[in-house]
Amino acid sequence: MSAQPTPIHRSNDFVIKFANVNGSGSASANELFARAIIRMGVPVTPRNIFPSNIQGLPTWYEVRVSGEGWLGCRGGCDMMVAMNPQTWDRDLAGLDAGGYLLYDSTKPMPRSKFRDDITVLGIPLTALCNREYSDARERQLFKNMMYVGALIALLDMDFAVAERLVADRYRGKDKLIQANINALRIGHDYATSHLDCPLGLRIEAADKVGNRIFIDGNSACGLGAVYGGATVAAWYPITPSTSVIEAFTAYCRKYRTDPDNGMARYAIMQAEDELASIGMVIGAGWNGARAFTATSGPGISLMQEFFGLAYFAEVPAVVFDVQRGSPSTGMPTRTQQSDLLACAYASHGDTRHVLLFPEDPYECFALGAQAFDLAERLQTPVFVLLDLDIGMNERLCAPFDWDDERRYDRGKLMSHEDLEAGKNFGRYLDVDGDGIPYRTIPGTHPTKGAYFTRGTTRNAYAKYSETGADYIYNMERLRRKFATAKDLVPGAVARPATRPTRIGAIHYGSTGPAMAEALAMLEREDIHIDSLRVRAFPFGDEVMQFIADHDFVFVVEQNESAQLRSLLINEGEIDPKRLVRVLHYDGSPITARFIATHIAEAVTDRKVSPIGQPVRKVAP
Amino acid sequence: MTYLAKPRLLAATAPRNALGYTRRDYEGAISTLCAGCGHDSISAAIVQACFDLDIEPHRVAKLSGIGCSSKTPDYFLGNSHGFNSVHGRMPSVLTGAALANRNLIYLGVSGDGDSASIGIGQFAHAMRRGVNMTYIVENNGVYGLTKGQFSATADKGSKSKRGVVNSDNPIDLAALALQLGASYVARSFSGDKEQLVPLIKGALRHNGPAFIDIISPCVTFNNHAGSTKSYDYVREHNEAVNRVEVILPRDRIETSYPPGSLRRIVQHDGSILHLRKLGEDYDPTDHIGAINHLQERHALGEIVTGLLYVDNSAEDMHRHLNTVEKPLNQLGDAYLCPGSKALDALNASLR
Ligand SMILES: Cc1ncc(C[n+]2csc(CCOP(=O)(O)OP(=O)(O)O)c2C)c(N)n1
Ligand code: SF4
Ligand SMILES: [Mg+2]
Repeated sequence: MSAQPTPIHRSNDFVIKFANVNGSGSASANELFARAIIRMGVPVTPRNIFPSNIQGLPTWYEVRVSGEGWLGCRGGCDMMVAMNPQTWDRDLAGLDAGGYLLYDSTKPMPRSKFRDDITVLGIPLTALCNREYSDARERQLFKNMMYVGALIALLDMDFAVAERLVADRYRGKDKLIQANINALRIGHDYATSHLDCPLGLRIEAADKVGNRIFIDGNSACGLGAVYGGATVAAWYPITPSTSVIEAFTAYCRKYRTDPDNGMARYAIMQAEDELASIGMVIGAGWNGARAFTATSGPGISLMQEFFGLAYFAEVPAVVFDVQRGSPSTGMPTRTQQSDLLACAYASHGDTRHVLLFPEDPYECFALGAQAFDLAERLQTPVFVLLDLDIGMNERLCAPFDWDDERRYDRGKLMSHEDLEAGKNFGRYLDVDGDGIPYRTIPGTHPTKGAYFTRGTTRNAYAKYSETGADYIYNMERLRRKFATAKDLVPGAVARPATRPTRIGAIHYGSTGPAMAEALAMLEREDIHIDSLRVRAFPFGDEVMQFIADHDFVFVVEQNESAQLRSLLINEGEIDPKRLVRVLHYDGSPITARFIATHIAEAVTDRKVSPIGQPVRKVAP
Repeated sequence: MTYLAKPRLLAATAPRNALGYTRRDYEGAISTLCAGCGHDSISAAIVQACFDLDIEPHRVAKLSGIGCSSKTPDYFLGNSHGFNSVHGRMPSVLTGAALANRNLIYLGVSGDGDSASIGIGQFAHAMRRGVNMTYIVENNGVYGLTKGQFSATADKGSKSKRGVVNSDNPIDLAALALQLGASYVARSFSGDKEQLVPLIKGALRHNGPAFIDIISPCVTFNNHAGSTKSYDYVREHNEAVNRVEVILPRDRIETSYPPGSLRRIVQHDGSILHLRKLGEDYDPTDHIGAINHLQERHALGEIVTGLLYVDNSAEDMHRHLNTVEKPLNQLGDAYLCPGSKALDALNASLR
């Protein structure tokens, strides 16, 4: 142990972690704590760290408070609320020197169980609860509220804010409101009268949240599917994607119940497995409904053959893949971006799929809704690839918006009138030169426009054919269609350095916030980097131009095999040496510290001058 | 294989149904199956059934898996949309299609390999869910398309063309469908058009999952002595429990049968199933009785055919889901998108 360092003194900039037991009801109390800080105008980003188990295993809830607004995972821990004796040693060791430890002091602990370089704060939570409540469940639940109450005092927070939150949460249930506020109050009063309040760590009311909203990405995906016009959802439960469907269900009940008769303007089917869920989605898409599934890596693996069928038979489908640690069952409750290649080239044969990479819940909603337009316009599966970090954690993000003038793009549909007017219908005919053929929906016309959908080769008029020329016509058209997709998918977002530089960095999805912070850290060290956030595959021309414009480009991602880098190299015919891997894949969310350290080291190793005029090259 | 083009010239006298269509309007592309394949007879029976029922061809969606049997939807109902999907997974595709539009008639065509081997799971779950469909298995006991390997419906002790004896227990799809909640279950034989056509008609007019197991000999790989799915064997062991006639609400002509031997069952849509009993008493509305009868006769080596079970008050999947009457694929933006106002309110609740 080092000599007594001074306790950390920081306001609106620290990490506080809650060590709990899974299933003890701590989640809602912890979330209340995070929301109270947001209501005080200070940005926070909470993350659940939980095992693949329902009860009895350790869980952690990490709250990063950042007045500057950094939403990425920071790493380290300034204060630990240690409520799980099982993980005590680990939790204690994880605390930064000068940090604070809040624990339940009901049972005396030997001195050896503590560290001298931290501030220890004991509250006899169990004793307080036992005195107050007789019911075992209440004792457990209100213990959580008590430590939140204590934290409000310790961190100099506004008690009234927490009170209002409780009132909002349990609106109409006065008894519950009173009981919760009472528990908060007991914790608060104990801390005020027994401990040195406030600590060096403080929350100061600010105005840094603005009009942002606080929601998890999976809920936003479910809402995006409602706004995107999805009427059929078929799924099979799998962490971390299940809550996409739960949210879709809840929003459908709210927004899609016929006011006249209470009937559903949607159908949600829990399938027997992922083979069936994707089959249902494809059947519904073929039949003209907007349909989707939500799954994770193992589900993606099972769905492969169907993806190939939908690609080749040209059936719209939307797939939300909330990525988790893989391969195999891997780390089901940890985050990764490791399904890119499995999705981009899903299924046997020459397939290529459209992928979207939302950065946060706002984009989960926006790209989630857009996915349905893309799927119908392009008549192909569209994958929305998010991950556990944004899917299952609440995140501050821009409020959702919707243009009421917007109409769904149903793509190239031949109507009854078109057929009646004698329009030439060739299901796989490239009429417009964009590779996208026209389709008819079953039931359109009694004598015209019916065709036979199959995964086997056919000619432009959907007739069975094993002729090489017909096969090639089709494959070349699919290729043209993929090129068309390039101009329809959301473009990459560039963030130029403050000075001209020859170094670039590409990232995508949930890496966004950590990347932004890392770039700021690097800039302070005089390392200037242009960054580009890729939002879709196929890559737009701007992505290849960005690579061409830099001597070398870091590709920052959360998987072991550098999957986006492989895609870039493969699709852009890029010299691999120009794309430098920065890979984080231990299952925890990537941090700014990690990115900055790796990039700084690489820049030093390469002895490149990070500053200079960019050499403008033309994209290959 | 038959490569003969069908003559396209129609005799002016060709019979027309109430919609003015001839049988030809219900046909499809020329079959590429082996001459004599049972599957072609089933296609012909489907054409006949749809013609008789005055079905508008575009109101039917045909779905299939993979196999010789699953190819057949190309060979009937050329004016209907068809989807030849992937092996063993037609039920899920059909279910999705049915979710999208509750107003079409869904006809699933599969093989014994497609449904009892690779697709047994999807088969089972589609029955459980009450999908409103007609599900036909063209059952030949082998994988025709991959050249004659045993399928899961091959009887124990039956012999392959190469002389291999099957030692695995067979799956009886009709018995399974019964157990899993299909509300119309029949078995028939591709070689008995008289029995088959009305059974298909009854299924097409049924509300809920209708399943027909049709023994359909594979002349190329499973029609030899020692096979229990050959033409000869099925003719010898066929035990028909009844004969069905389907009477549409529009033509209620009373057919004359000896009293006591006729049973009327009115289906959900008003069509009437006239059942003429054969042999001993068999009650096709007795669920458990039907299951027992199948088991008993199977033990005796008999193939029970006819309408095995019908529940005329069955509910379907859409009823369970309480979906709106208008097909989901026809709901416009205004019915689907909650709009910006609702979103603003939601945003406010998330702060
Ligand atoms: C995933 C997959 N595995 C294997 C095959 C090869 N295959 C094609 S048809 C078939 C069996 C079909 O048997 P059945 O359904 O009984 O149809 P039949 O040809 O006898 O009518 C098989 C195994 C395939 N198409 N897809
Ligand atoms: S192989 Fe058998 S099942 Fe296939 S077409 Fe020929 S006879 Fe029919
Ligand atoms: Mg077969």
